[in-house]
Amino acid sequence: MADLSSEFLGIKSPNPFWLASAPPTDKEYNVVRAFEAGWGGVVWKTLGEDPAVVNVNGPRYGAMHSTDRTLIGFNNIELITDRPLQTNLEEIARVKRDWPDRAMVVSLMVPCEEKNWRDILAKVEDTGADGVELNFGCPHGMSERGMGAAVGQVPEYIQMVSEWCKLHTRLPVIVKLTPNITDIRLPARAANTGGADAVSLINTINSIISVNLETMSPEPSIDGWGSHGGYCGPAVKPIALNMVAEIARDPETASLPISAIGGITTWRDAAEFLALGASNVQVCTAVMTYGFRIIEELTQGLSDWMDDSGYQHVSDIVGKATPNVKDWQQLNLNFISKARIDQDLCIQCGRCHVVCEDTSHQAITAMVDGQRHFEVIDEECVGCNLCVSVCPVEHCITMQQQLDGVDARTGQAISPEYANWTTHPNNPSAQR
Amino acid sequence: MVSPNVELLQQDLHPPLSRHEAAVESDRCYFCYDAPCVTACPTGIDIPLFIRQISTGNPGGSARTIFNENILGGMCARVCPTETLCEQACVRNAAEDNPVRIGELQRFATDHQMATGRQPYRRAPDTGRRVAVVGAGPAGLACAHRLSLYGHHVDVYDARPKAGGLNEYGIAAYKTVDDFAQREVEYILSIGGITIRHHQVLGRDVRLENLQRDYHAVFLGLGLAGVNELRIEGDTLDGVVDAVAFIAALRQAEDPAGLDAGSRVLVIGGGMTAIDAAVQSRMLGADEVTLAYRRGIEHMKASRFEQDLARVNGVVIRTGLQPLRVLGDEGRVTGVEFACMSGDDGTWGPTGATVILPCDRVLKAIGQTFVSGVLDEEGGAALAMEQGRIRVDNERRTSDERIWAGGDCVAGGEDLTVAAVQDGKLAAESIHSVLSKG
Repeated sequence: MADLSSEFLGIKSPNPFWLASAPPTDKEYNVVRAFEAGWGGVVWKTLGEDPAVVNVNGPRYGAMHSTDRTLIGFNNIELITDRPLQTNLEEIARVKRDWPDRAMVVSLMVPCEEKNWRDILAKVEDTGADGVELNFGCPHGMSERGMGAAVGQVPEYIQMVSEWCKLHTRLPVIVKLTPNITDIRLPARAANTGGADAVSLINTINSIISVNLETMSPEPSIDGWGSHGGYCGPAVKPIALNMVAEIARDPETASLPISAIGGITTWRDAAEFLALGASNVQVCTAVMTYGFRIIEELTQGLSDWMDDSGYQHVSDIVGKATPNVKDWQQLNLNFISKARIDQDLCIQCGRCHVVCEDTSHQAITAMVDGQRHFEVIDEECVGCNLCVSVCPVEHCITMQQQLDGVDARTGQAISPEYANWTTHPNNPSAQR
Repeated sequence: MVSPNVELLQQDLHPPLSRHEAAVESDRCYFCYDAPCVTACPTGIDIPLFIRQISTGNPGGSARTIFNENILGGMCARVCPTETLCEQACVRNAAEDNPVRIGELQRFATDHQMATGRQPYRRAPDTGRRVAVVGAGPAGLACAHRLSLYGHHVDVYDARPKAGGLNEYGIAAYKTVDDFAQREVEYILSIGGITIRHHQVLGRDVRLENLQRDYHAVFLGLGLAGVNELRIEGDTLDGVVDAVAFIAALRQAEDPAGLDAGSRVLVIGGGMTAIDAAVQSRMLGADEVTLAYRRGIEHMKASRFEQDLARVNGVVIRTGLQPLRVLGDEGRVTGVEFACMSGDDGTWGPTGATVILPCDRVLKAIGQTFVSGVLDEEGGAALAMEQGRIRVDNERRTSDERIWAGGDCVAGGEDLTVAAVQDGKLAAESIHSVLSKG
């Protein structure tokens, strides 16, 4: 049996699944339910200074659905906690006391003054919490007041606040990064330079989830108006994966621990983030979609996969895929693959044909000998994977590497040698 | 006789899909390339498009896609044997043996549009051309609608007091509840430019030669006015009833519960009419209904779904029974004697055994025939025939250059509502192209 126990910055939890700082971790009642369900830890919803912020009194969430109404993207205009600071602190202390084996990290957001950070850090330390997460990511509401993403978008501020926090608390400091920036490596480096113990990412992405075509109001609509919110859920996972990988493979931050956030819904999502360099993961939208009980699928799925794959500890997975993330010009141009259609699995929908015909390389038949028949034309197939992507039947179309012989498309012999763009004859700046 | 099931006559076989059900079901369509379902549809409705329009919240556009090819899309959604047409071709059969419920989705879209009372079409300016359509069944109505769309004026002559043909008189009540057949007729006629003349029997009240004289073109959608007779001893006894007439009487009855359905009913035949008659007999309260068919179950024209429907409603289906004679007592039917048939050696023939099934009512449903006599009038058009029906070409032109025909009265057809609609549509296109040339 795989060992799912996790240690992140010395903070122990029975599994690597934490709930991210968000509505599910806003108060004792929810967090206790989460711990009862089996969650390894929480990042308590962001605390601020009194008087507490106020939220809108209308809809604060919006969703993007696939056609079967599976929620694939989620957006919110909720702010940090709108409850009194003392109430939160008391509940945090009580929950940590009652659940000592679970990770209790507290998210913080106060104005960019050293005194404000020092004061709140002292209060959090008194609760017995295990660590703090600096909310430099929230893209709406707070950023307009000079907090959240407004800090996260300026690397110098990140470094400054990280330094203050490391100076004024003994607790581990995690810096939560906003994705609303051009190059995620810069804020990560700033956190590292400022002495932060780890980064967590991604926070939500600036978004307008939809427009109501009757009222012409953006959704969620407050009295006919809408404001941009923070986008999350399964649809943001690819963006988060890339940002995690960028930090994990950046020489400056390669040893900086990462807590990954961004659309994690299944054990497989979690394993992918771990493989790209995250040490643990945080979940929000999935529990807001299905409830806390998905933790059973997450832990069992990860454990079963680790057993099947011969991994004993979560740390064995961390970064396994990071070395395989390269810049494009390093990719092997002598690697040749062609699509193959399993005729026994093919249901004859023809989607592979029409997308290849309309939008790609005219490399799949529709008719052979007068019969409806879909088959790859090797002379045209560039191995692009579009047909695999659109086929409704899993494993019906696969990409198969051509190991020897001649590429029917180019007429070139298939070379076993590695060769990339940097040495390609078509590259004007090739190193010859 | 008290009937516990008579209310079933006025209940949908498949309740209409709710908006949510339609959303879930429409999402199952793969939007296939050169979709097999479209090829399988006699009217060639762009099924992937109309389903995608439901999925994207545009049921009105979806209905327009359907009506573009089949103005009787509402009725076809109810009566088409989809399990042998579009749904049989659905690639979801290969994927999981469970096709997209195309017929029910079609009903969802067409019901939506018909509930608005608006057609998605506007008639072209009047061309001054006049076309006579004989028969207000599916073929005639489809033809009339499309001709009117192009701006021609259409007079429809029909023998019956109501339009709709078999939709109104010839199919089971539970397939067209809430007077759908008449509502659809009204919907089609709302395009304007179509006048229906009732109680006009060809050869009696209206003559083909006059129509040829008075109109620029004529379309014949005559249907099948005759029924096959058993032609055996006793087939005129009291209680031996034509199933088509039984269904028509049931459909037109003010109070179906008041009809005498018999208590032990024997339906002879293996097609849709046989099933409709058998199931409705049960619903009217008949204690025992047996459907006797001369060959094997796989030879029955009624689809598998229809066979199952009959069984679910308590109809016993017996195969390999060829009627020999109708037995009677004091002029009333008491049973039928059958020759037992076997097809074990590949060809069907009598085994030598016979069996008597007692009954108090026999419903004959062994097929309908085209009554060609109406065409043989003096001075009228002598249309070329084929296998007892009117011969037509791909455009549904008859041997007379100004007469077109379609529906069950033409040779080579499928005897389906949807095929009749296609005939009417194709004929209208052909007529329009001829009339447009001057």
